[in-house]
Amino acid sequence: MGAVPVIETEELTKVYGDQTAVDRLSLTVAAGEIFGFLGPNGAGKTTTLLMLLGLTEPTGGRVRVLGLDPARDPIQVKSRVGYLQENMGFYSDLNARQMLAFVAELNGIAGGPAAARIDAALAAVGLADAAGKKIAAFSRGMRQRLGIAELLIKEARVAFLDEPTLGLDPDGTLRIMELIQGLARDRGMTIVLSSHQLNQVEKICHRVGIMIKGRMVAQGPMEQLAREKFGLGSEQFTLEEIYMKYFLEA
Amino acid sequence: MAALTAIWKKELADHFTSYRFVILFALIAMVSLISAYMVGVQIRAAQDQLKPTFIFLMLFTEPGAMFSLVQFVAFFGPLVGLILGFDSINRERNEGTLSKLLAQPIYRDVVINAKFLAGLTLIAVMMASILLVITGLGLALIGIVPGAEEIGRMLVYLIISVVYIAFWLGVAILFSILFRSTATSALAALAVWIFFSFFVTLGVGILANALAGSPSQDPRAAQRKAEILRAASLVSPMELYSDATAAVIDPLRKSARSTLMIGPMEAISMSRFSGPLPFGQSLLIVMPYIIALIALTALCFAVSYTVFMRQEIRSL
Repeated sequence: MGAVPVIETEELTKVYGDQTAVDRLSLTVAAGEIFGFLGPNGAGKTTTLLMLLGLTEPTGGRVRVLGLDPARDPIQVKSRVGYLQENMGFYSDLNARQMLAFVAELNGIAGGPAAARIDAALAAVGLADAAGKKIAAFSRGMRQRLGIAELLIKEARVAFLDEPTLGLDPDGTLRIMELIQGLARDRGMTIVLSSHQLNQVEKICHRVGIMIKGRMVAQGPMEQLAREKFGLGSEQFTLEEIYMKYFLEA
Repeated sequence: MAALTAIWKKELADHFTSYRFVILFALIAMVSLISAYMVGVQIRAAQDQLKPTFIFLMLFTEPGAMFSLVQFVAFFGPLVGLILGFDSINRERNEGTLSKLLAQPIYRDVVINAKFLAGLTLIAVMMASILLVITGLGLALIGIVPGAEEIGRMLVYLIISVVYIAFWLGVAILFSILFRSTATSALAALAVWIFFSFFVTLGVGILANALAGSPSQDPRAAQRKAEILRAASLVSPMELYSDATAAVIDPLRKSARSTLMIGPMEAISMSRFSGPLPFGQSLLIVMPYIIALIALTALCFAVSYTVFMRQEIRSL
């Protein structure tokens, strides 16, 4: 993998009241990599992503995204980084094209280039036929694909995808995962992906990190994690088995 | 700037297509049309006996059925501002669109500014169209064309009214930032409105009586009481608005309020010399009130900014 770290955190900590949501997290993600961010609900994954975006101020530690500090240069970071949140916030009164046009405008893209990009993005995620349909009538899978179209509109260099497969049927999950894989392969996007679909993560992620109760308990390529837990020659273990082993020990 | 325009346009479209706005506008248009019509009929009937100056402005200041248009706006204008703004931030937070919006390369204050500007545009359009409709109705009913000065006074009245309603929009946006639940922010905004509409006027009167002493024993007590009332009115938007509009829309008023208690004989002798105040002088009288209203709005904004900048944006 490329040696240039796109995301770098050192001792990143976030404390809410007396609760430590993220505890001294050190994370490195290289350019063009798909990083699988695993962990039970409430482990601090979303908080970490928000800190990487500059939407939440860290209590302590250091963050660099594309060499920038999100707390100091939030605009710079947010114009290069796309964020697909867990609950898919869309203005449901708008149709798909209007939503993308709004995102384009917020990113300073307007007029002819915006229209061309919107068409291309809609086609790329397979929503060209539903462009004039209100988002309120979209299925979960279509919303997720619309979210990915947003990343294409702003030509994000890094994408944070928080549970993009939540509540999707197997077919929809497969489709989203293929799209995500395409983002990294064809466009060189660096992707941090949090998901509970371990078998899918296993297929597309280059490296995974397992976060439990605010702490990153393991980080690296899957074979390495398997070796750490099960000893040499244990590459046949699935991610699910590795994950459960870490989870039960923590 | 591009982001501000983008959010402004979207908010405006949302407002114009919402049932909330349609209902509100229909209600206000209906009430103002009815009251203007009744006043118009009254003026037409009285026109032959007395020949008042600035007859056109009486369309706005004379109580027709129950209250004059000016009083109506003073009382219900705040509701328009509150209804337009009470859920502007917290609804987005609850629907999860706030984090989507803020994940785009925009500053947080742009969101507040754009929402405020969209509401302001809507208020201006609403007030201007109501004023124009009433003017047209007045033209048809009383058959008198307003003079340049009357049009000028109506314009100033329009500006003051928009500033006044915009202040309440600012209050509503502040509450939508402070409270997570839209129901709570609506209730809190309503509570503030009721407080300033009913209780402040009442409470300040009682307070002034207690502080100033009885006017029958000390002649200066009356003046002290008037001073206390005036000082207190500077923090009550409704009083500020009533005082400001009174001097603008009613040229016969010399001050925002009477500080002197005069007997019937003095009143008669004064009225013999009373002529309308020149437009410029009326403006001078209302200027402090307009500035005070803008200052109160700015205060709301300052608090909104400070709270919103440091707030967690998670929808949980």
